[in-house]
Amino acid sequence: MANKYVTDEVRKQIGMQSEARVVEVERGAIRRFAEAIGDPNPLFNDEAAARRTRFGGMIAPPTFGEFRGLDGGSEWEYFEPIRPGDRISVVSKIADIRESAGRLGAMVFITVETSYTNHYNQLCAVQRSTVIRY
Amino acid sequence: MTKQIYWEDVEAGSEVPALEKNPTTQQLVRYAGASGDFYQIHYDKDFALNNNLPGVILHGALKNGFLGQMMTDFAGDRGWLRKLSVQYRGMDQPGARVVCKGKVVKKYAAGSEHLVDCEIWLENAKGEKTTIGGATVILPSREGERA
Repeated sequence: MANKYVTDEVRKQIGMQSEARVVEVERGAIRRFAEAIGDPNPLFNDEAAARRTRFGGMIAPPTFGEFRGLDGGSEWEYFEPIRPGDRISVVSKIADIRESAGRLGAMVFITVETSYTNHYNQLCAVQRSTVIRY
Repeated sequence: MTKQIYWEDVEAGSEVPALEKNPTTQQLVRYAGASGDFYQIHYDKDFALNNNLPGVILHGALKNGFLGQMMTDFAGDRGWLRKLSVQYRGMDQPGARVVCKGKVVKKYAAGSEHLVDCEIWLENAKGEKTTIGGATVILPSREGERA
């Protein structure tokens, strides 16, 4: 069955990506975020204690810097820790657009993949969110 | 810091230590400030009521943050949270206790990494799962310790 909305033309958008947005990670912002969650883990609060761990210093909690908008739920994968002073380059791209027939008619699933890369060009995290359009 | 758990210490079915939270309106304001999510349904009661909500509600991302805390506590300093995914199923309000829970569903090694997959969720006082998700954690192995 041919797709009603997700035509070949629409699928050409797969792979399109945003301009990089650079976010500078401040130590105070990490602390305030951990405090807001109520997370006393010294890795996120206490530089002296965090230095004695294998991380060698404070890092950001995994859910730090989450973005609203696509808040229907998301999936995160973490590779390198995000540290105070990092300049994180955030790039979103359309990873997939597909259509499927549901009870309410055709549904279009758009998967957006956002990558978070530090200023040493190390990939810190990848977030995948899927938005559904009826 | 808490005691480090090792890959050998867990099996499929093992429980992730639960994390209890008692969110307050103050916490929601703090989270709004720290995350930059200033949608008024999280701190302005009149606004929330006018939007057919029972009152202010927790940010979904805050509940994700609670689940993240449970998992980084579980992983310990020597472990690493590799994956975290959540889906929101219901609303939660400040003033009501919520509990993060989880259990190991799979234990495996991939390359040099020792991993466990967990099923995680956040429960309200009625025992309803208002957020569900999954997590993958790399744990240190005692094998590696001896090597």
